[in-house]
Amino acid sequence: MTVLEQNLGRNTLPASPAPWRRRSRLQRVAATVLPLLRRPGFSLALLVVVFAWVAAVAPHVLSSFDPYATSPIDKLRAPNLIHWFGTDELGRDLYTRVVHGAGLSVLAAFLAVGIALLGGLGLGILSGFAGGRIDAVIMRFVDVLLALPGLLLALAIVTAIGFGTVPVAIAVGIGIIPGFARTTRAEVLRVKTLPYVEAARLGGASWGRTLLRHILPNAWGPVAVLATLDFGAAILATAGLSFLGFGAAPPAAEWGTLIANGRHFLITAPWVSLLPGLFLVAVVFSLNHIARTFEEIQR
Amino acid sequence: MSVLVDVRQLSVSYRHGHTAVNRLSLNIAQGETVAIVGESGSGKSTLANAILGLLPDSAQITAGQLWVDSHDLTHASERQKRALRGRTIGLVPQDPTVSLNPTLRVGQQIAEALILARGKRYPGVDADIVELLQQVGIDTPVLRARQHPHELSGGMRQRVLIAIALAGNPRLIIADEPTSALDVTVQRKILDHLQRLVSERGISLLIITHDLGVAADRADRILVMQHGEVVEQGTPGRILGAPQHDYTRALIAAAPAFAKRREPLPRIDSTQAPILSLKNVGKTFALPKVKGEESTFVALEDLNLQVYPGQTLAIVGESGSGKSTALRIALGLEKPTQGQVWFEQQDVTHLNWRDFRPLRQRLQLVQQNPFAALDPRFTVFDSIVEPLVSFGRLKGAALEQAARELINRVHLPVSYLDRLPRELSGGQCQRVAIARALALKPDLLLLDEPVSALDVSVQARILELLEELQREMGIAYVLVSHDLSVVANFAHEVLVLRNGRVIEHGSVERIFSHPGCEYTRELIAAIPGRHVTTQAA
Repeated sequence: MTVLEQNLGRNTLPASPAPWRRRSRLQRVAATVLPLLRRPGFSLALLVVVFAWVAAVAPHVLSSFDPYATSPIDKLRAPNLIHWFGTDELGRDLYTRVVHGAGLSVLAAFLAVGIALLGGLGLGILSGFAGGRIDAVIMRFVDVLLALPGLLLALAIVTAIGFGTVPVAIAVGIGIIPGFARTTRAEVLRVKTLPYVEAARLGGASWGRTLLRHILPNAWGPVAVLATLDFGAAILATAGLSFLGFGAAPPAAEWGTLIANGRHFLITAPWVSLLPGLFLVAVVFSLNHIARTFEEIQR
Repeated sequence: MSVLVDVRQLSVSYRHGHTAVNRLSLNIAQGETVAIVGESGSGKSTLANAILGLLPDSAQITAGQLWVDSHDLTHASERQKRALRGRTIGLVPQDPTVSLNPTLRVGQQIAEALILARGKRYPGVDADIVELLQQVGIDTPVLRARQHPHELSGGMRQRVLIAIALAGNPRLIIADEPTSALDVTVQRKILDHLQRLVSERGISLLIITHDLGVAADRADRILVMQHGEVVEQGTPGRILGAPQHDYTRALIAAAPAFAKRREPLPRIDSTQAPILSLKNVGKTFALPKVKGEESTFVALEDLNLQVYPGQTLAIVGESGSGKSTALRIALGLEKPTQGQVWFEQQDVTHLNWRDFRPLRQRLQLVQQNPFAALDPRFTVFDSIVEPLVSFGRLKGAALEQAARELINRVHLPVSYLDRLPRELSGGQCQRVAIARALALKPDLLLLDEPVSALDVSVQARILELLEELQREMGIAYVLVSHDLSVVANFAHEVLVLRNGRVIEHGSVERIFSHPGCEYTRELIAAIPGRHVTTQAA
């Protein structure tokens, strides 16, 4: 701003006593998110994710078939107008099973990311904030977790606590805690020393307030991006574990089990594996794209 | 004299439609020193980049011609431009802390420039490095050449950058705000040195600065730039003596060195009790243990000071003189190793955070870097009222009313309350930071280099605002600064610190008219622009 402009600003000030009212948080969020919807890639990704979300919450809206109704006459039908994704070896409608499977898969992913977020944020904030010995102990623990391959760790945990969707989700969640803890700690360490945190402290803010209002929101960005990214990874990991047979027991529909089912018919009826697989890929890609977009606008 | 750089009606636009340089003409003769003065955003750095052929991809020369050493740069290929850089034009960049490669030894970085200029490695390169380092005034050049940048001080790094610029034996050196990151005394020494080297070799020098004082001291000719256009040019004497354009006049009025000394401020009423006093305060820091080196560092020694209500005490010193430590001790952010801190009638030296908290309502800080002092996610409103919310003073409509009053106090439009810090300029950010410090109606404001990160003209505005607030609200200030020119018209009392020790203490008039020691005289002499004003007087 130049001297001149500043002069102008000062002169026009008394002339415009327009009633000022606070812009609400919603308005500000809308101002940043709405322009994003004009990007076709982002809208498409959002559409896919919303579809998966609706499928998880209210599958009946998207399909009128029964996911468990068998119909031996229609077994292994190729995709057509009635059965959009074809049918499996028992004649069940695959599209319906994918839609109904979303419930378990999305629940598992949510649970996994939720566990990772809670655990990772807690550990990261504690070690970044406390520093010293506590930091050293937590970080060595995280190092140990990082040293183990995620899938191996998950397999070990699932074997220990039993099969099923929820145990798989817990196992996957614990597997991705270290990444969250590391990222959170680094961000907290960075933000903690910034002048505005000191200013808030000098303004009389308590540590709790400083943490909640200044440090967490400013450290949150990369962690949120990581969460979106890991949401896709968690869906993949749960699907992977279900594929290996640790997840939901048949006949329950779950994306991983659906793909696993079809592998016996890969040559004769490739759609049984391929279409649920492609749908899974679309959801994961969409989540990654959304995460990338948010990462970009943060810069 | 032959013309080295000839810019004719040059326009540079960025892709998003902003015209940074607008039909600008300029020529620099061999051996001439030209200064371009303007605020941030006036297009002076874009011009320098255009001359260097280093415009970013998003910028484009839309009209005009640009001749350097009789090469047309507007249509030159990258290869032709590269041949000019280093050998014909050298650059001394702005920030010495980030302009050197931290993983390479200083000598290697100079060698790089030397080898590029000669086209190949040659036997005498080591000798040339040492010679260059000697020329730019670095002692023990053999040792320094083997050190990494982090082992050198800011001033020394800037000298190394000058050595790199000189390595290619250029005919023009562009110095882009060469010293704005340095202390005043170092700044003066380096500019003196640069100027001497340049005149000995007949090199042309293009200084880019926001400080009219620096330009007036150094240049044969000054160009004043605003919004990408040259509004005025001429010799320093003419620009300062008879400015034609309003903007130049505003710049001169803003430069602290040219401002008229005002009437002496009212004397301190000695019957009043001091609001803040530091008694024999000392601070020692423990250093990491290295064999054969001292294990402690004395940051402050035996510091005594009193601040009286409604008065300003300035603490002046270079970086490392302990002035920030003194502020942090006064704020209770650091505990002194010796001595006591009294706030009015209360000894606050050993108060813990909770007991100190009530006092925070009366004692506030304004930080150095306005961009970092505001939470990027908080709107101006949230930032300003935060102290009020923290202390639970106001709520709802009363809070909004308070925010409106505060933002009016610092002369910003009320609509700015909805903005985020990144939508504000540096000066505006500093105003918001001041408003936040005022929210609790403190009696004492500690100002940690409040203007050093700002352009000179914005500095003047901020200081004006602070002065007005003191007049109206009777706040006492402790102003920490490395720049005596900022202090001259603002403080009642001055305290000069060096290496943690007080070397001079007295009223501002006495310090300026009869400086008691050599160091203070040096500081006063280092104020840019003083050279011209004393000549004119």
